[in-house]
Amino acid sequence: MGQYNALNIAWNALRGHKNWQRAWRDPEPKSNYDVIIIGGGGHGLATAYYLAKNHGITNVAVLEKGWIGGGNVGRNTTIVRSNYLLDGNAPFYEHGMNLWRDMAQDLNYNVMFSPRGVMNIAHTKSQYDVFARRANTMRLNGIQAELLSRDEVLEREPIIDGSADTRFPVWGGILQPDAGNARHDAVAWGYARAADQLGVDIIQNCEVIDFIKQGERIIGVKTNRGDIHAEKVGMAVAGSSSRLAEKLDLRLPIESHVLQAFVTEPYKPLINGVVTFGAGHFYVSQSDKGGVVFGGDIDGYNTYAQRGNLPVFEDVIAGGLTMMPCLSRLKLLRNWGGVMDMSMDGSPIIDVGPIDGLYLNTGWCYGGFKATPASGYCFAHTIANDEAHELNKAYTLDRFAKGYTIDEKGMGPYPKAH
Amino acid sequence: MIRINCPYCGEREHSEFTYGEDATRTTPDNDAPMEEWNKFVYERDNPAGEHIEYWHHAFGCRAWLKVQRNTITHDISWVGLPHENPEAAS
Repeated sequence: MGQYNALNIAWNALRGHKNWQRAWRDPEPKSNYDVIIIGGGGHGLATAYYLAKNHGITNVAVLEKGWIGGGNVGRNTTIVRSNYLLDGNAPFYEHGMNLWRDMAQDLNYNVMFSPRGVMNIAHTKSQYDVFARRANTMRLNGIQAELLSRDEVLEREPIIDGSADTRFPVWGGILQPDAGNARHDAVAWGYARAADQLGVDIIQNCEVIDFIKQGERIIGVKTNRGDIHAEKVGMAVAGSSSRLAEKLDLRLPIESHVLQAFVTEPYKPLINGVVTFGAGHFYVSQSDKGGVVFGGDIDGYNTYAQRGNLPVFEDVIAGGLTMMPCLSRLKLLRNWGGVMDMSMDGSPIIDVGPIDGLYLNTGWCYGGFKATPASGYCFAHTIANDEAHELNKAYTLDRFAKGYTIDEKGMGPYPKAH
Repeated sequence: MIRINCPYCGEREHSEFTYGEDATRTTPDNDAPMEEWNKFVYERDNPAGEHIEYWHHAFGCRAWLKVQRNTITHDISWVGLPHENPEAAS
């Protein structure tokens, strides 16, 4: 397959682009692997890649019931940031930022990481004070953060309504200058291709139907393409975590909810970075193709349907139009939904067990995309060493029973509120 | 749009309601072991399919209702008051 580079592109262009090879193989599942990763989303593929690259474990299968990039990794709003407050979260996400910066070179795949800045807007003095606290905490954790005045906010994003009589006037903002966007499909494809080159089998259209147990230990999975055995089975199935865990009589601290996202037709450059509205829930950025990509709240009731409902649709767009009235002239092209595994404290779980041979990666709520590299990096470490990495040691399953929840918003055990 | 047939008000759009939570959980006794409290507070069945849940008719009669809804299709097969149960589930 070889490396992708400029010479390669020129060479193939001269031959009419007829000689490109497929980016990863389409292998038949073997009967035995060292590690099986269930779920060929961003996290599963990244885990397989880091297992092979960092830990030398290459006899790995990634089992995906659909196709690579068809789940949440292809359904998010592509925002990458690490503006977290709590100690359990901040170093984990900031390590992720370091991986994002080098990802395209590391994977030899252009993931179009674009650190164009993530700006949250404050509309009151007290909200600004909370942002100041967050910015100070971020800087103590070595994460870049800047407080912005009202004028600086309006200078960065001129289309924000800066008039005095708007319903929620801008007071100021907080900026993480090195955060931004990445091309979500490319992240999935890049990890898939890089993992495949290191020997990982990526098996699509392979749905796990049940687990194979020997005594109390999991030794493999039953799939629609036959039984596959492995020493270790990692689960990275996002919104379907409870459905799989149910087969093991395991109840997780998870509820599945749907999050909607929206994109307009491509327009000329309009929005420079990622912007969030502070008086409602609305976040927006513009893709490199020109589409204005935005989202807001989850729908708020348990669901496994990959589609949302109109009241949230209206609420999201109302927030957007309050902040950027000119968006009313844009034509919406598509909207879609993805199923989120909302955890009880809004933070994820990357842990060994609770059954021998099983490893859990779940509870990403609606912040999973940005975590893709750090999650894969830490989950691979956890699987390879049977213990958590320093960065994910707070993300245990038993933290709820022990009272060590990591609740960024302070909402309590109400998944719909995180 | 999901439509919920409120026993007091008739069929209304779900934007009149706020979602409560899983209605099948029962509060443990005060002196129950911590393990049971942990299960009650943090663990959920989270089924893909029929789900019995509370909704609050916040912008209507303000009654709490118990609803059986399919979490894949969003079809509602039963609506009752909080002390009632659908036949299949009781």
